[in-house]
Amino acid sequence: MAEGAPELEAVIGLEIHVQLATRTKMFCGCELSFGDEPNVHTCPICLAHPGVLPVTNEKAIRYALQIAAALECEVAPRSIFHRKNYFYPDSPKAYQISQYDIPLASNGKLGDVRIHRAHLEEDAAKMIHVGESGRIHGSGASLVDFNRGGTPLVEIVTEPDLRGAAEAAQWARLLRETVRQLGVSDVNMEEGSLRVDANVSVRPAGSEQLGTKTELKNMNSFRFLQRGVEAELERQRALIGAGGTVTQETLHFDPRSGELTSLRSKEEAHDYRYFPEPDLVPLAPTEEMLREAREALPELPAARIERYVGELGLAEDVAMTLATDPQTADFFERAAAAGEGVEAKAVANWVTGELAAALRQEDDEVSAADSRVEPEALVALVALVQEKKISHGSGKTVLAALVAEGGDPAAIVEREGLAQISDSGELESIVAAAVEANPAAAEQIKAGNGKAIGAIVGAVMKETKGRADGGEVSKLIREKLGI
Amino acid sequence: MGELLDLTVAEAAAKIAAGEISAGEYFEAWQGAAAGDELNAYLWSVEDASTYEVQDGPLRGIPVAVKDIFCTEGTPTTAGSRILEGYRPPYTATAVQRLDAAGARVLGKTNMDEFAMGSSNENSAYGPVLNPWDHGRVPGGSSGGSAAVVAGGLAPCAIGTDTGGSIRQPASLCGIVGLKPTYGAISRYGMIAFASSLDQCGPLTRDVTDAALMLSALHGRDPLDSTSVGIEGGIEAPSAEDLSGLRFAVPAELAGDGMEAGVREVFEATLKRIEELGGEVAELPLPHAEHGISAYYVIAPAEASSNLARYDGVRYGARAETAADLLEMYETTRAEGFGAEVKRRIMLGTYALSSGYYDAYYGQAQKVRTKIAEDFRAAFEGFDFVVTPTSPSVAFGLGEKTADPLAMYLNDFFTVPMSLAGIPAISIPAGLAEPAGGGPQLPVGFQIAAPAFAEQKLLEAAFALEQGIGFEARPGGEDG
Repeated sequence: MAEGAPELEAVIGLEIHVQLATRTKMFCGCELSFGDEPNVHTCPICLAHPGVLPVTNEKAIRYALQIAAALECEVAPRSIFHRKNYFYPDSPKAYQISQYDIPLASNGKLGDVRIHRAHLEEDAAKMIHVGESGRIHGSGASLVDFNRGGTPLVEIVTEPDLRGAAEAAQWARLLRETVRQLGVSDVNMEEGSLRVDANVSVRPAGSEQLGTKTELKNMNSFRFLQRGVEAELERQRALIGAGGTVTQETLHFDPRSGELTSLRSKEEAHDYRYFPEPDLVPLAPTEEMLREAREALPELPAARIERYVGELGLAEDVAMTLATDPQTADFFERAAAAGEGVEAKAVANWVTGELAAALRQEDDEVSAADSRVEPEALVALVALVQEKKISHGSGKTVLAALVAEGGDPAAIVEREGLAQISDSGELESIVAAAVEANPAAAEQIKAGNGKAIGAIVGAVMKETKGRADGGEVSKLIREKLGI
Repeated sequence: MGELLDLTVAEAAAKIAAGEISAGEYFEAWQGAAAGDELNAYLWSVEDASTYEVQDGPLRGIPVAVKDIFCTEGTPTTAGSRILEGYRPPYTATAVQRLDAAGARVLGKTNMDEFAMGSSNENSAYGPVLNPWDHGRVPGGSSGGSAAVVAGGLAPCAIGTDTGGSIRQPASLCGIVGLKPTYGAISRYGMIAFASSLDQCGPLTRDVTDAALMLSALHGRDPLDSTSVGIEGGIEAPSAEDLSGLRFAVPAELAGDGMEAGVREVFEATLKRIEELGGEVAELPLPHAEHGISAYYVIAPAEASSNLARYDGVRYGARAETAADLLEMYETTRAEGFGAEVKRRIMLGTYALSSGYYDAYYGQAQKVRTKIAEDFRAAFEGFDFVVTPTSPSVAFGLGEKTADPLAMYLNDFFTVPMSLAGIPAISIPAGLAEPAGGGPQLPVGFQIAAPAFAEQKLLEAAFALEQGIGFEARPGGEDG
């Protein structure tokens, strides 16, 4: 960028396709599947035989209404299906039934990103391009698997409210977690049940106007989403910095090479000739359907994060970790509720920190909720540490025992003899011995090297088998050295 | 044998039910008649009837000719197009299943204008159907085959589809009864789509009683068609003896130019007959009806351009084998598979839906459509029925209008407004008239339209008028 030129701000909006986990397809009775033999889940309707008609899957409408409720959208009293016309073998009718000018839901928000709209449509069939790359360029033949064709999709379009690649990926994670907790989709990016496209542009910081955007297609992990957007932002900034302009086009990001290749330009864009689908009646959700969608809502990640940070004083990242794992979050809440005088923040740190680490050590990795550790036991343990009845190190030992066999922390402390040395005379003599045994460290501390204290503290801990409080030990060492 | 074929469907069904004639014997008689098709009216007909199992029901033992636009599992279904040559559907249309469940059975599949686009049957990829009254003339279209087999004694009854007049106009030109029910009365599932918001299945029969009998079996809500609702209260055999107390509106806008003198004579005589039967006739403005054709020829091609896009050679039907790539395969398959009229309408419709033209064409046509529906609603506040001639002319000569698509489109002038409004309308034979260019007399149809789902009332009036007219003429005359 030229010297003195204004900084170019990233402006990112996402388009997310969510495959709904209904039993059957959007407009016919074929079962949904993943990984089955090709073309076994097909019928005259989803193969677009002459004379067939679509019938809307009511379950898909109910699931879409749950998503709309979770995203705090307004639901249209009557939304309309349109035909989006294009020729391609993945589209057997040569049109996709989608929603156009009146979507099911609009004007919502998730976190601090506004939702432009959310609508129902059907998925295309899967093209398999025979050849090394798996992409259409350079392949000799293409095969079509219609199993996926007609799978219900909800397309969610955000406003361009995201300001960076990492932020975009983080928000996409929040959205996935939200939809996952509704139980309406598998939201598996690798299997394609969650697909993210990004609209990317840049503009001088502070400007209200939007720059020309490009669309990045189908990045199949959050990491690739982030890297793809980063690469595109870098490309656009370099282009503009060199005096060029961005052209509107659709791009493919290759995560292996990190390269962006153009799929089609604006001039090549299809004229989809949208018109209202005459084979379907308008989609008019009943009061009962709307109520059911609202009542089925669990407490969603965004709300949990807000409550944990605002009411319980948890750090943002700890709150996020818990919110994306509702089982563990529930475990945390039970523990926090059981512990009188123990701060929720301390409990949360133990759940997401020490307990998570201890559980990872186990062979069959289980979640906190499924482990032998009772929430009441955990909070009792945190209390023992906070009240300095045991040291932090001993606390971890007790936790390991709890993970292995369950039980009561106080009993384990007793059995293992882990109670902290409370007799200050005993501790003082151990400290004095340690200082004498480490004269070099003692000299360095006196010379002002604070870090050297670690060696003496370590010696004390070794002698006491961790039963001493680290802070107390440091204090005694300093006193001994007269600082 | 001859006697069997003279029975109406209602008469034959009653005799079969009473055990006076056997279902097998009756079916075989019609099979023999169908095998003697000299009108090019059948594209396929049953050869082996030995496996015929009779279902019990009101149509027990009745053979039905089915327009080749209805999918029938395992038997050829082409919609009159090369692009579906050799196609055998894996399923059967709901309308045909309902007839089956009522005891009827498919006798054959009838010829038609390709994808129901046409008013003369000359747009069939399998050659034109000949009018049984005069083999040098067209039977009308697009359900020309279905009309010709009933008029020509090749089937006791038939079903067809009507998008802008495709049942009523051929019924008129062949001197039989043709009923287009309310949009939504009969399931469209399995009926190959031309213009989805207009297409409706209906019967073509010798008389009004048979039309009622068939409609009672055909109508009903179908879970496979979201736009189907059936007719509340069902349909019974009509029995009205007169038209007293009923008011018939003649729309001034639809009685103007372009009508043959003979047609006008029969129409006016029929209005007098209505009055003799106790009905009241008055003129009424239907101000937007004359724009019906313009709106129709935007909406129908627009929907067709999308409906016909699935014929791409990928999954079934004809496929160009020599293409070098996907695009060429699409283009060659469709260039070879579709006829000229279908291509014309696909292009018209594609244009009308294109970005930048949508509002001016499709959007505007939909507004006209709404206005026409409002006109009818207003008319039905003061009147029971709206009546017109069915077609501006009697059957015209083969090749007479093929060079002039606009002249051909005007055949639908009287029938299109009802299609756009979605209301039921019936054509009954009202008399004979000499064609404009001279020659033997040919049938003239009279169209009666009623409010949505008022089929029973419509059939009662048509029945009373039919009895009053007493139309007895049959094609072929002395050598028939």
